[in-house]
Amino acid sequence: MSFVEYGDTIKDGDTAIVFLGHESMFPVKVQHGTVTQTKYGVIRHSTDLIGKKYGSKVTCSKGGWVFILHPTPELWTMNLPHRTQILYSTDISIITMMLELKPGSIVCESGTGSGSLSHALIRTVAPTGHLYTVEFHQKRAEKAREEFREHGVEHLVTVTNQDVCKSGFGVSNIADAVFLDIPSPWEAIGHAKSALKAEGGRICSFSPCIEQVQRTCLAMEEYGFTEINTLEILLRVYNVRTISLQIPDLGKAAEDNSSTGFDSSNPSHQGSPCANLQQGTVQFKSGVPLREVVGHTGYLTFATKNLV
Amino acid sequence: CLNETGLKIQKIIFEKQWFYLDNAIGHVYGTTFEVTSGGNLQPKQEVEETSTEAKEAGTDNRNIVDDGKSQKLTHDDIKALKDKGIKGQEIVQQLIENSTTFRDKTEFAQDKYIKKKKKKYEAVITIVKPSTRILSTMYYAREPGKINHLRYDTLAQMLTLGNVHAGTKMIVMETCAGLVLGAVMERMGGYGSIVQMYPGGGPVRAATSCFGFPREFFDNLHEFPLSRVQSLLGGTFSAEPEEMPLLEEESNGLSEEKQQETEEEPAEISPAEEQDTMDISAEELNCLFCCSKVRDKQIKQWERRKKLKEAAALLGEKNADGLIVASKFHPTPLLLSLLEFVAPSRPFVVYCQYKEPLLDCYTKLRERGGVINLKLSESWLRNYQVLPDRSHPKLSMSGGGGYLLSGITVLLEQGRAGCGTSEPPKLEEPSSKRCKLQDLPC
Ligand SMILES: C[S@@+](CC[C@H](N)C(=O)[O-])C[C@H]1O[C@@H](n2cnc3c(N)ncnc32)[C@H](O)[C@@H]1O
Repeated sequence: MSFVEYGDTIKDGDTAIVFLGHESMFPVKVQHGTVTQTKYGVIRHSTDLIGKKYGSKVTCSKGGWVFILHPTPELWTMNLPHRTQILYSTDISIITMMLELKPGSIVCESGTGSGSLSHALIRTVAPTGHLYTVEFHQKRAEKAREEFREHGVEHLVTVTNQDVCKSGFGVSNIADAVFLDIPSPWEAIGHAKSALKAEGGRICSFSPCIEQVQRTCLAMEEYGFTEINTLEILLRVYNVRTISLQIPDLGKAAEDNSSTGFDSSNPSHQGSPCANLQQGTVQFKSGVPLREVVGHTGYLTFATKNLV
Repeated sequence: CLNETGLKIQKIIFEKQWFYLDNAIGHVYGTTFEVTSGGNLQPKQEVEETSTEAKEAGTDNRNIVDDGKSQKLTHDDIKALKDKGIKGQEIVQQLIENSTTFRDKTEFAQDKYIKKKKKKYEAVITIVKPSTRILSTMYYAREPGKINHLRYDTLAQMLTLGNVHAGTKMIVMETCAGLVLGAVMERMGGYGSIVQMYPGGGPVRAATSCFGFPREFFDNLHEFPLSRVQSLLGGTFSAEPEEMPLLEEESNGLSEEKQQETEEEPAEISPAEEQDTMDISAEELNCLFCCSKVRDKQIKQWERRKKLKEAAALLGEKNADGLIVASKFHPTPLLLSLLEFVAPSRPFVVYCQYKEPLLDCYTKLRERGGVINLKLSESWLRNYQVLPDRSHPKLSMSGGGGYLLSGITVLLEQGRAGCGTSEPPKLEEPSSKRCKLQDLPC
């Protein structure tokens, strides 16, 4: 297993995802002789995990079962230990596309934070690209390095422990893209520009507040970036539900015993097995929005550096 | 750097503009050109956007009356200017001078006015390097019907949800002019393999060819006809033609033509294509080549059969690393059969312009089993105007970019697959409450 290469069977040292049910899962480091507790009982790594196929159903000691999944950057994002606020897959998707990332791309990022975005970036630029990620919090930088090693991607990433606003990315004229998720991105635009290739590249900055965006856009303009564009992307998730609605009783026309006008004037549910007019209900499938959703993560500002 | 020899002598017609690309060769991507009379491109000198001369501007719009008479130049006047060969830049200047309200407009409104007029009268084009970003935004803006209204941010979600990356074996089924295929190819960078499932006579790759991929990218791109999926799954598949070869050829040709209708390109450059058709008709005229033509046909057929066998073998291993569907067809039958080719613990994602078919697909997949973490979603995209003290969401936004159903495959229980005894599907998944984990290893 590695985060950039699928494997079929679970091996000692892998990071696997234990899936308990919808949205309920956690990562586990597979280790001979270790056991993991779940609400369905114990999972014994040596007998229950190692050598099994990814995607297998594993029965825990109390009889309940879980699925063991191969890690992906997306599953990692959903399950990683938070050391900071993190970026989620919806934002990550548009960042990756709008920065035009692909295998071979060289990317600079700051801050590393919890490494949520980093894992996704590494996946996309592998096997020939590289991520240079800068984090001024020493513990976080170290922890990120450790995770990259455990996930088999350390050769694709360099973690630098410094202040990006003061010292930049530690590289110059090599990046195809730069990404910023720090409180004062406008202070790093100059460094971003010099990290980008001479022939140009793309930049993106993520900020929760519009005031940050304004200062960042001004800085981008000042440094000659073009195509400056700010956007926001939101995910709408729908639960699939079978709903039944009651048919109101509107009484009957005097001589007419063919029931209400509803069913006869509505051919769409004629013969539909879901309509049960005897009981006075109609059943249908619906995608129901969640009661409360994430309404804002941050603004994404993209821009292009051109050859000058 | 632009160096396609195929660009030579191509006349490009785009938005009432026409020009030749000859002069673009040798320039770097991102260069902006002016179209001169005669359709030649001339690199545009960078002119300072906001001229330093103090502009006179109003403070609000109390004196602006929209009576349609504010512009003193008539259409005929403008046409006369154009005919005289006056440059777009000068025409815009004249429009400003002849606008009675320009000076009363606020500075912001003036900028807006100039931008609008510039776009209309200055024949300026910028040549950019093709990418998924460029092509998917262009298709969505100009030809949404050809890509089933798949918005670019939705495509972006698909690539991430599908964990598309180098070195994987992907199955792609799309009717989006080859845009989705191209996006997947870009993300795989030539590493790994792709099987494109196609309806009708052959795969459509009009948009794919616009990415400018190196030739090697196509070495590991295979295609397999949807109409043979059931036979492949049922074990009766054979790469030998089912009917008389000639007949098959004919029917293929027909459906291919039909597809062409919906697959036409928006002013895109496809070098060599015209050359090709020329050659063929010339060949047909010349009887001497008749024999070689028949032989060529046989060789082509043999090659096609070989590729078909390869694609069938790739699918038959049933170990694909992901499935990407974005088509005009009902997703349920596609998913129910194509998922058979995917390894366990791999992501799949299906796009549909409408929500309802995905509701059905969700239900059927639940009944089938072998999939978890099913998620029906849609993304909203909002663009912003950002200016000091004048930042706000743009006035208009896209009303919808389509829907996605995504999930992860797991090992199907023995006996569950294919057999008709539908024991009630083990209810959903375990309860969704996160449990307390004493031994959380991370
Ligand atoms: C919100 S987190 C980034 C989260 C990350 N994008 C992810 O997905 O996990 C911001 C990080 O930037 C770091 N940071 C803030 N200012 C910085 C600076 N000037 N130089 C380097 N790192 C900085 C913080 O320590 C923090 O870890």
